[in-house]
Amino acid sequence: MTTGGLFAKCPVRGYRARMDLEIDSLSCRRGGRWVFQDLSFRAEAGEAVLLRGPNGAGKSTLLRVIAGMLPPVVGNVRLGDISLQSDRASLQEQIAYAGHHDAVKPALTVRLKLVLWAGIFGADGATIDPALERFGLARFWDRPVAQCSAGQKRRLGLARLPVIGRPLWLLDEPTVSLDADATALVADLIRDHCAGGGIVMAATHIDLGLVGARVLELSGEAASTFATTTPATGNSTEDAFLDGDWT
Amino acid sequence: MSAVLALLRRDVALALRLGGGGGIGLAFFVLTVVLVPLGVGPETGTLARIAAGVLWIAALLAALLSLDRLFQADYEDGSLDQLMLSPMPLEQVVLAKACAHWVTTGLPLIVVAPVLGLSLSLPVDVLPVLIVSMVAGTPALSLIGTIGAAITVGVRRGGLLLSILVLPLYIPTLIFGARAVENALLDLDPVPALALCGAITLFSAALAPFAAAAALRINAR
Repeated sequence: MTTGGLFAKCPVRGYRARMDLEIDSLSCRRGGRWVFQDLSFRAEAGEAVLLRGPNGAGKSTLLRVIAGMLPPVVGNVRLGDISLQSDRASLQEQIAYAGHHDAVKPALTVRLKLVLWAGIFGADGATIDPALERFGLARFWDRPVAQCSAGQKRRLGLARLPVIGRPLWLLDEPTVSLDADATALVADLIRDHCAGGGIVMAATHIDLGLVGARVLELSGEAASTFATTTPATGNSTEDAFLDGDWT
Repeated sequence: MSAVLALLRRDVALALRLGGGGGIGLAFFVLTVVLVPLGVGPETGTLARIAAGVLWIAALLAALLSLDRLFQADYEDGSLDQLMLSPMPLEQVVLAKACAHWVTTGLPLIVVAPVLGLSLSLPVDVLPVLIVSMVAGTPALSLIGTIGAAITVGVRRGGLLLSILVLPLYIPTLIFGARAVENALLDLDPVPALALCGAITLFSAALAPFAAAAALRINAR
């Protein structure tokens, strides 16, 4: 990377102008087998990318590789001019990740949890109350997380995304244990984020109704693995898998 | 810096709430030391002679008690993934968590140690040396402990493995911490032992965050 050295370590606040995500011949190996090989993909700023594929196809693995938590065997991830291989720390400062776990502590209250995450991520605390309001958590703000339902915990975990303000969102099954309203909320959130120039990559099995979202299909086969389509509405692709024929 | 403070605040708050284990180390420390006169007998000369060793060994074990959850809780609920993406380097996260661990386990031990020292017939004029030795030495227990906690973060019931990994690394702190108090008891100069105790703390502060962060990165894969 040309802009290395001291400046590469400077924290970046807010979204850089138009950072595109570029995945360049990425290969990942786990437990002696290739999860995916030679995966190349490009997402422009403002685009939503839906990851599809059967269980074990490597959707979570791909998200963790992009998040810099799992080193790829070969290949690179670039966001704007930040490269995973040469400057992982700077890339990670652009990423918000919501995994299978909600990263919420049972002993803390709902609002305190968000306040602390905002503090740890050096984010502006002014976004906390709107985020709670939006996710329908404002009424429970002082309730210990231990007394929240699974869906409420998931809402709290997702409420962190707009609070910490990162341009690239990596969502791993974000709608698990959410009701229909909250699922629509997640779709809204993704749309808003994309409208603001951010990029969302979401592994999901359900139709979020995101018009114009791109679909990245992981097959789970050993060899090269992907095809992209751009469905008009997300529910009328020619792929039987995407039409719901998952068995 | 505010990110470090937020993390520190979070960890201290969690340790002090139900299930956080903040008070467990202290209770264990007090109980262990109180048991010694019952086992050894109430003879004041014998108790004063072994007081330094007893207090330090009890402190070692008390520090171990809450170490296994230091990263494991965050690993299991996904918080560790989030911390890896935070603007702080992971080394700084480790250092902040070691500080929080010391505040919630090491510091309470230092507060009650003089009282327990008295109960073991340690002369009053030796107590300042005991306090200084624990102030100099107990941070090393939390810092070195982060290495073991990071290595065993993905291991179920990793606490036992953690003890076996970490206790040998505690030996220098135990030797110099107990030796300082013993020297004071025997009217010898405690300063060299205290200095070495502090040196171990500084050395582990420089080394442990890097070792623990490397172990965490490997375990997060």
